[in-house]
Amino acid sequence: MSLMNEKEQRIAAIALVLFGAAAMIPFADDGYYLSLCVNIVMYAVLCTAWTLFSGPTHYISLATAAFFGVGTYSVGLGIDTLPFPLLVAIAAVASGVLAGLVGLATLRLSGVYFVIFTLGLAELVRQVVTWLQVKFLGAVGLYVFTDLTEKHIFWMLLALAAVVYITGWLVNRSRLGFAMRIIGNDETVARHVGIDVARAKVILFMISGAFIGITGAILAPRFAYVEPPSAFNPVISFQVVIMALLGGTGRLWAPLLGVIPFTILFDRISASFPNHTSLLIGVAFMAIVYFLPRGVMGLIDDFRARHAKSRHAAAGVPEAAE
Amino acid sequence: MSSAPLLSVEKARKAFGGLVAVNDVDFTVKQSELIGLIGPNGSGKTTMMNLISGALKPTSGTIRLAGEAISGMPAHKISQRGVARTFQLVRILPSLSAVENVIAGAVFGHVRAWGDDAYREAEVLLERVGLGGRGNAPTGSMTYIDQKRLELARALAAEPRLLLLDEWLAGLNPTELAEGIALIRALTGSGITIVMVEHIMEAVRALCPRVLVMNSGKLIADGETGTVLADPQVIAAYLGEVSDA
Amino acid sequence: MDILVTGTVLGGTYALIALGLTLQYGVARIMNLANGENLVLACFCAFWLYTAASINPVLGILIIAPVAFALNWAIYVFAMKPLVDRAKNRGQLEIDSILATFGLMFIMQGVMLLVFGGQYFSYNFLSEPVRILGENYGLNRIVSLGAATLIAVVLYLFLYRTRFGTAVRAVSVSPQSASLVAIDVPRMSAFAFALGGGLTAAGGSLLSTYYTFNSSMGVIFTMKALIIVIMGGVGDVRGAVLAALLLGLAETAVASLIDPGLTLAATYTLFILVLLFRPQGIFGRQTA
Repeated sequence: MSLMNEKEQRIAAIALVLFGAAAMIPFADDGYYLSLCVNIVMYAVLCTAWTLFSGPTHYISLATAAFFGVGTYSVGLGIDTLPFPLLVAIAAVASGVLAGLVGLATLRLSGVYFVIFTLGLAELVRQVVTWLQVKFLGAVGLYVFTDLTEKHIFWMLLALAAVVYITGWLVNRSRLGFAMRIIGNDETVARHVGIDVARAKVILFMISGAFIGITGAILAPRFAYVEPPSAFNPVISFQVVIMALLGGTGRLWAPLLGVIPFTILFDRISASFPNHTSLLIGVAFMAIVYFLPRGVMGLIDDFRARHAKSRHAAAGVPEAAE
Repeated sequence: MSSAPLLSVEKARKAFGGLVAVNDVDFTVKQSELIGLIGPNGSGKTTMMNLISGALKPTSGTIRLAGEAISGMPAHKISQRGVARTFQLVRILPSLSAVENVIAGAVFGHVRAWGDDAYREAEVLLERVGLGGRGNAPTGSMTYIDQKRLELARALAAEPRLLLLDEWLAGLNPTELAEGIALIRALTGSGITIVMVEHIMEAVRALCPRVLVMNSGKLIADGETGTVLADPQVIAAYLGEVSDA
Repeated sequence: MDILVTGTVLGGTYALIALGLTLQYGVARIMNLANGENLVLACFCAFWLYTAASINPVLGILIIAPVAFALNWAIYVFAMKPLVDRAKNRGQLEIDSILATFGLMFIMQGVMLLVFGGQYFSYNFLSEPVRILGENYGLNRIVSLGAATLIAVVLYLFLYRTRFGTAVRAVSVSPQSASLVAIDVPRMSAFAFALGGGLTAAGGSLLSTYYTFNSSMGVIFTMKALIIVIMGGVGDVRGAVLAALLLGLAETAVASLIDPGLTLAATYTLFILVLLFRPQGIFGRQTA
């Protein structure tokens, strides 16, 4: 297993070019389109972090809003006293710990328990944070005043996206990634070759949660005023699930296929038909379940497979799975 | 080689509600022994295997591996202590290549192989089970016997002290059966301890000097193969179900 | 003491909602996340019947529940059955049904938002106080508890004392075995799903007599119903009722003794305890 084979080198080169081009965007626009791009990169990070866990395990996590809110609040609480980078680190640890606790409680059981638990998690954290704030701080809501502008947030998110992709790549090559592939094939066999299945899932969930927390922290300066309902907004959880499933969870970059179209579409609809966003979300979910069970990536894979079959009569060795 | 038992099963019991699948079974297995576990359908043999491998927890009783109690431990911990098995219905990992299937057995146990070494060892094992050079073949299109070989290679990759074979020779034609028996016989040279659940008397007679017989959850015989198979009680248990392949 | 009565009334309402979901998940194997929307829709219908046609909400159940029954039967046949047929194993069906009913939830919520808007609705029905054990309670709450109890008892008798009901329970235990004894499993599943919807709608109708409702509150109720169903043991009616009462009491206790803002924390604490110590629920069967 060499450091990077040919195909991986090609992908890395393309990625470098794309990232470089993206980094130029703040120089091209400073208003609406920059904001839209910030949203796109934000959801790209969230969905990829989500797929890092939910892809291999097939557990649908609705906890995104909880981790995001924890991240935002970590910055909101400490912005007047601690440096921003430290707060981001704290956000990562806090969300990672929360993910660990949730994972330990639910990941030994079937996926249904996990979904239900995470469904209400953001609400729960919101209630607890509100109560704590009222009790100890007297006010619900924090002011976040920094020098960080939309530009800086964009670049930070872009850097975070690169880190997430590299982390994903490293995990896939590691024992943990191998363990997840085995678990995805047959959990009983996984147990019998010595894999602590619950622990593997929890670790993966913590990594995923930490990245989501960092995203929340980076987005905090955008709010100016942070309060529980907006920081712990459950809609984020739903949107992330839709975009990730829409794109597909088979590959690390597949969620992008869902993020870019859906972010733009949602933006248009919430601007022109603000009361129709729930309907849009609902229709998107149904469409995914009935027509795109493996996302757009799945359609592409099917298309490629049909072409490969017609081109090679007896194919040689098929490439090993990612 | 000490004579203390490697595996010791003490009054093991497994009840599913009102159904007692394993009923106070007692036996020990010495290091490097190759013993057969036979009995009519539904006698509790596979449940017994599941208790040993950790797929199920005993309702009561203790199972010890080299003196340490493993009953009640999760399967992955038991596996890391040197227990490997094959399954009654072959369980290979369909989206992994053949060589990756074998490596899977070696990565997480006490061997902790990884990288190029793991690939080399896996190729050696594939050779040993008769799948030499087919490491990159798609596992989904392998024949049944080849899938069984692959599962055996995966179990061996863990370098287990105790190997549990659950009807590994089932479903094979006479040629394949002879090959399979030879393969298992070849394993005994390495000092590994093997417990094999089997229905095929020819294999049991050929391979196992000692055999255990279960019926309706109880252990009804334990001893030298020739004697046990002639025991009237054992014959009665099998009445109408003798399977000489 | 006040906590006991209020908690029981709350628990009674939760019980009806949870009973509906128990049937849908336990028998039809559909984790219906749109259950709460069903409830809210029933609230709106009861409101409309009472304010426009002066029909008593308790009697209104006789109209609302059958309509909900039919609606849910249609939902099962057109939306859920394709998933059941497509799923290769139970785990996949659960995920698919969660996502699909999730979508349904948003669609129903979206439609209600468009039609009714986001404001709160309530109406006056039997809101005279009644004195029990020294405290005042709304008559509507007591009536609601009584009606809920009646419905639960009828359901219990149906499931445990009639042939048809026993067939329904058989499907919840093991669909494959049930089909081997000549039970029409797909039809039973559709029936259970529809009946569950009807029960939830009945609960909604009763709830609307004393609870201020709006288009978006479905999710919270769905969540609580899900937690109750799991706590009680999936598919078990008695467990669901017991768990519902437990939850009602716990929430009321926390709200009165600690802080009304922590009710969800109380719910989750119970849920976590169940997950850690008895994931199959109070009356659930331990999976081998």
